[in-house]
Amino acid sequence: MNHDLPLWADLAVSLFLVLGAVFGLVGSWGLIRLPDPMTRLHAPTKATTLGIGGVLIASMLLTFARDGVVSTHELLITLFLVLTSPITALFIGKVHLHLRQDRSALPRPATGAGWAGYTAEGPARGVRESTRSSTPPAGEAPRTSD
Amino acid sequence: MMVYALGFAAACFGLALLMNLWRLVKGPEASDRILALDTMVVNVIALLILLGIGLGTAVFFEVAMLFALVGFVSTVAYCRFLLRGDIIE
Repeated sequence: MNHDLPLWADLAVSLFLVLGAVFGLVGSWGLIRLPDPMTRLHAPTKATTLGIGGVLIASMLLTFARDGVVSTHELLITLFLVLTSPITALFIGKVHLHLRQDRSALPRPATGAGWAGYTAEGPARGVRESTRSSTPPAGEAPRTSD
Repeated sequence: MMVYALGFAAACFGLALLMNLWRLVKGPEASDRILALDTMVVNVIALLILLGIGLGTAVFFEVAMLFALVGFVSTVAYCRFLLRGDIIE
């Protein structure tokens, strides 16, 4: 596995591997530790991307130290994850807002316009009324948590 | 030393996968379950890259790339299905 690796490469690869693993573990721990869905969105989308980044940097360093070439596969994966993780986070947040949050409990935008995605007269097309009516009415606790 | 770091990293990501599975089973809302699945995909990508480092091949980068693509598309498709009741309108 680590044939003829110089000491600095061994140490650096190990450091980045451990760093990335700790970040990934912390991100997943935050997923079960944080109290409500919008804060739960925070932990994995940031920390796990950093964890993947650490592992990919370790892989790049290893390829460079062992073969003497700069590998670009890792950059491709990093680029794809960095491009797509905000989109998935936005979609998951929208699912949470539209299906579970009471609309009148949301803060109003300053211009008086509505939130993007809500139609003017009610919930977005296709949102089932049964899931919407199970949210508590305004005045009670607006957000559901476990 | 790298062998120990590889083992530690694999154990960490395996534990992270178990935590995500817990959230997937327990999660009170659909958005939590989608988030847990998305995080599971990311952790599996990390495990695949670790496997590629361990075996010394570059094949697993393509596997990880495919996993990232499929994971992104499935997450967005599930979210759109919940939001609009339809995936391709």
